[in-house]
Amino acid sequence: MIRLGVPSKGRLMEKTFDWFGARGLTLSRTGSDREYAGAVEGAEVALVLLSAGEIPRELAAGRIHLGVTGSDLVREKLTRWEDKVEAVAPMGFGHADLILAVPKVWIDVDTLDDLDAAAAQFRATHGHRMRIATKYHRLVREFLQQNGVADYQLVDSQGATEGTVLNHTAEMIADITSTGETLRANHLKVLADGLIHDSQATLFRSRTAAMDSAQQATLNDLRARLGRGG
Amino acid sequence: MISAADRARAADLMQGFVAAGATPVETDILQPAGTLLDLYGEDIRGRAFVTHDPIAGETMLRPDFTVPVVQRHMAEGADPARYCYTGEVFRRQEVDEGRPREYLQVGFEVFDGSDPAAADAEVFDLIARALAPWEAVPATGDLGILIAAIAGLTTSARRRAALKRHLWRPARFRRLMERYTGAIPPTHTRGLLLEQLTHTAPETLIQAAGTAVGLRGAGEIAARTQALAEDAGTPPIARTEAEVIAMILAMDGPMDAALSPLRDMAVDLPGLSPAVDRLEARAEALARRGHDPARLSFAPARGRSAMEYYDGFTFTFAAPLRPDLPPLATGGRYDALTAVLGDGRSIPAVGGVIRPGLLEGLA
Repeated sequence: MIRLGVPSKGRLMEKTFDWFGARGLTLSRTGSDREYAGAVEGAEVALVLLSAGEIPRELAAGRIHLGVTGSDLVREKLTRWEDKVEAVAPMGFGHADLILAVPKVWIDVDTLDDLDAAAAQFRATHGHRMRIATKYHRLVREFLQQNGVADYQLVDSQGATEGTVLNHTAEMIADITSTGETLRANHLKVLADGLIHDSQATLFRSRTAAMDSAQQATLNDLRARLGRGG
Repeated sequence: MISAADRARAADLMQGFVAAGATPVETDILQPAGTLLDLYGEDIRGRAFVTHDPIAGETMLRPDFTVPVVQRHMAEGADPARYCYTGEVFRRQEVDEGRPREYLQVGFEVFDGSDPAAADAEVFDLIARALAPWEAVPATGDLGILIAAIAGLTTSARRRAALKRHLWRPARFRRLMERYTGAIPPTHTRGLLLEQLTHTAPETLIQAAGTAVGLRGAGEIAARTQALAEDAGTPPIARTEAEVIAMILAMDGPMDAALSPLRDMAVDLPGLSPAVDRLEARAEALARRGHDPARLSFAPARGRSAMEYYDGFTFTFAAPLRPDLPPLATGGRYDALTAVLGDGRSIPAVGGVIRPGLLEGLA
């Protein structure tokens, strides 16, 4: 049996089931609505229902062979993710951009160049570094480091991140957006070169999970079928 | 893991530093995070272990000794002073997981402004002699050359300050140079803003942009638009001057061979001369201690992307034939750091550290 980790609820789960279904693999939840158990028809595969946020860790630990999760979560949660998992197939849904956004009234800030200069000015004026609210600490820090932006600090925000600026707990945000509507409603705009990562739901394979020859055969067969597209 | 052999080697190295006249000092392993974050910014979180103390707040496992040793000296030390120390430092390894998360450092720091060239040579020589059994290969640099070149540029004070601020971030430094030499034109949006500013007050534009949110006020935004308008009117940095910066960044050869070309560059950028004088004095001081400047590798920008506090002489010692290893020892001059941590006081300072854990298994 190959163990396949799939998001346990919501649209992401439904879309994942559809995606596999279009490729001849019927995934379903079993038991009651509240029970996290699932089944797969058409292959020697065990379905493991997990929160999307836990799937990267389970893949890296080798407890599941395949897993569906956002490419943003893999990059955020795993160090050297490419050593631990392989992106088998982008799945074409769950699109979301991780972006840097600042208040619209910052007419002097359109780019990372501006952001860096404004951050220096902010620190000199307010005596503390410009705060960026986010839950994607690693991705944001690496992006800003690569681009040589200084004098900022990350503050943790696990929800309602767009509201932190209004509430004066941050000066700007780094968050996932799909349409930009929430940003606009909170008087924020995206920096022209502020796209940190364009994420989508992706099927990943664990590089660390142990496999016997039967499991290897199942995986090869699955890869061939899943590659065909639906 | 730190082995018993590493500790014995560290103790030997310490003894050598004490014999050279240094006072042994201790520092806490748990360091307040605030000072380190103020110095290094958010980048340090990627490199240090952050933990939380219910009373002291955010703390870090000591990522290096220099900052606490400087703090201690600035608070209670008398000049001149020589210190040595040994102990664990802790580094997060997000990129290369094979690298150790904790290892020993043995260091030597000199706080003495009487003869900086002699102090540079003293620290370099002490570490060179300590590493002599391993035939470590030295390489040197001098960030003071680049700092002097930036300070000498014929352009606005704001541009010079921005370049100086990003001296340690090569990617951003390059972008700034491209902008200031006119190689990158302003974006369409920026062109539009600059045009609007010629006939409309920034306050009006800010109001028209939408609802004000956040701490950064209209006054700050207006001040920066003013700065942008001024910068747009600043002529590009002259090609001859930009070339001097590029040549300094690219220069890599024997130390004594660097002096003549740097003197030539000082014709285009007279501000360079005092820094070249300091390099020459250091070369002489090193020669007096038996380190031939004709055989010492020298690249002015060396050490630029290491720790952010070096602002003069820098050096590394590498394991021969082991390019896979990090340097066995690193060091340099950090005069400006003492001012940042010194509450208005400052003192010329230079130091270096050896990593005894890397010596295991070397010839």
